[in-house]
Amino acid sequence: MSEKLDVQLAVVGGGPAGLAAALAASRFGLEVLLIDENKELGGQLIKQTHKFFGSHNHMASVRGIEIANRLKKEIRENSHITVFLDTTAVGYYENGELLLYRKSPEEKLVSCFPKAVIFATGARENMLAFPGNDLPGVYGAGAVQTLMNVYGVLPARKILMVGSGNIGLIVSYQLLQAGTEVAAIVEILPWIGGYIVHASKVRRYGVPILTRHTIIEARGKEWVEEAVIAKVGEDFNPIEGTEKVLEVDAVCLAVGLSPIVELVRQAGVYTPYIPELGGLVPWHDDDMRTNLPNVFVAGDLAGIEEATTAMLEGELAALSAAEYFGVKSEEIQKMRKDRKARLEELRASRFSDKVKNGLQKLAAKRPK
Amino acid sequence: MERLKDHPVLDFDRGEKVIFYFEGKPIEGYTNETIAAALHAAGIKVFSYSPKKKRPRGFFCAVGKCSSCLMVVDGRPNVRTCMEYVRPGIHVRRQRGLEKLKGTEE
Ligand SMILES: Cc1cc2nc3c(=O)[nH]c(=O)nc-3n(C[C@H](O)[C@H](O)[C@H](O)COP(=O)(O)OP(=O)(O)OC[C@H]3O[C@@H](n4cnc5c(N)ncnc54)[C@H](O)[C@@H]3O)c2cc1C
Ligand code: FES
Repeated sequence: MSEKLDVQLAVVGGGPAGLAAALAASRFGLEVLLIDENKELGGQLIKQTHKFFGSHNHMASVRGIEIANRLKKEIRENSHITVFLDTTAVGYYENGELLLYRKSPEEKLVSCFPKAVIFATGARENMLAFPGNDLPGVYGAGAVQTLMNVYGVLPARKILMVGSGNIGLIVSYQLLQAGTEVAAIVEILPWIGGYIVHASKVRRYGVPILTRHTIIEARGKEWVEEAVIAKVGEDFNPIEGTEKVLEVDAVCLAVGLSPIVELVRQAGVYTPYIPELGGLVPWHDDDMRTNLPNVFVAGDLAGIEEATTAMLEGELAALSAAEYFGVKSEEIQKMRKDRKARLEELRASRFSDKVKNGLQKLAAKRPK
Repeated sequence: MERLKDHPVLDFDRGEKVIFYFEGKPIEGYTNETIAAALHAAGIKVFSYSPKKKRPRGFFCAVGKCSSCLMVVDGRPNVRTCMEYVRPGIHVRRQRGLEKLKGTEE
């Protein structure tokens, strides 16, 4: 039950990066196949019910879900873009074959040899090591968001949030809005990671944000019934005697994301380890080209950031792909300049120092 | 757990209400929900038992990237229930360790 397909440009992943890439590529006459394994386009955006924490002028006060709807509509009306939903890219081989597993309209494998690919597969949530971390009730922050914001199911009655970055703070706030009690937010660093506006919002609900604290154990018979937290010393190890037991039925981990690099690695894209960007990341230049001439990357896959930067990177990747296909136009140079300037502006605040360091390290790893 | 009724920002398009089966017992779910979400709404958190130590497992990432939510659906093991939608009448059960793939029985 396998089928062959002719494809010029494949875009794998329909989050903000992939959507922006597909739209930009179509503007330069490329025929695009956009693939996402969900039933709906939008990636992480569809769970973002709050106003954006991104930048000031770049869709600053729009909810993620509204951005997704806008881009989705544009894509639907675009005759150069074919969309495969419910479709997982399961392999990308050295001979250029991209293998797709489609679940609907009927279950089948589809093989194609796209002339170029933009990967925008996003990121996956990080785990923390502690006893009981495999118990049901230990959830990633994205999972908690998916349950409550996409499916409208209450994730828990009382939860412990681990991590005080923007994601931890925002998801805590969303949990409170949905009716879940947040016992505490623990943060191992001496300071709160996210923006003060978000921290203030949850504090107004009376949620304590405990810095220099971490989770040391989750307990329960069949699922989480208790979480043990403790203060940490200068060495980040728990201090004996400071343990506290919290009665919660879930623990939410908001401790960072790692790029989903399996597919690009399969094809031979070089993926150095850059902790500032989330771990293993595909090497790329600032035009989102990898070490393979016909493979481009964008979004969280290219380094963990946010939706606003993901969209700009998607567009830059599309410009490089258009050039790869020999498109010559002034418009490309103009758009490129504009998108790079906007990226720079977005990364200007001190919250982006980590990413900027990471990108510098990545640049230094340019393969021969 | 429960399904949210009033949300300050969101409306939910849950789709059609249908019955499916968990360990033989009928469960209510909606066609726009994944199996994992419907089970969670029904208060079911244990989706499988681990191969060696038989520890209970539930879902973790809910986006198809961690394999923590694998269950047996209509006789097929290793189904990511966080990506698979509820359909009327399907039979879902807990996976116990590494189960034999369909068609590989001697
Ligand atoms: C909990 C949480 C809250 C956040 N809040 C904000 C916020 O408020 N503002 C902000 O700017 N940013 C926020 N972010 C960050 C933002 O969501 C991401 O940076 C952004 O979505 C990255 O876009 P992307 O397109 O790279 O990846 P994603 O949005 O993750 O999209 C990737 C898509 O690719 C699909 N995919 C992956 N692998 C395959 C495959 N093999 N085959 C087919 N499809 C595949 C995935 O299913 C997914 O749909 C948040 C992130 C999280 C986790
Ligand atoms: S919960 Fe991670 S794959 Fe389903």
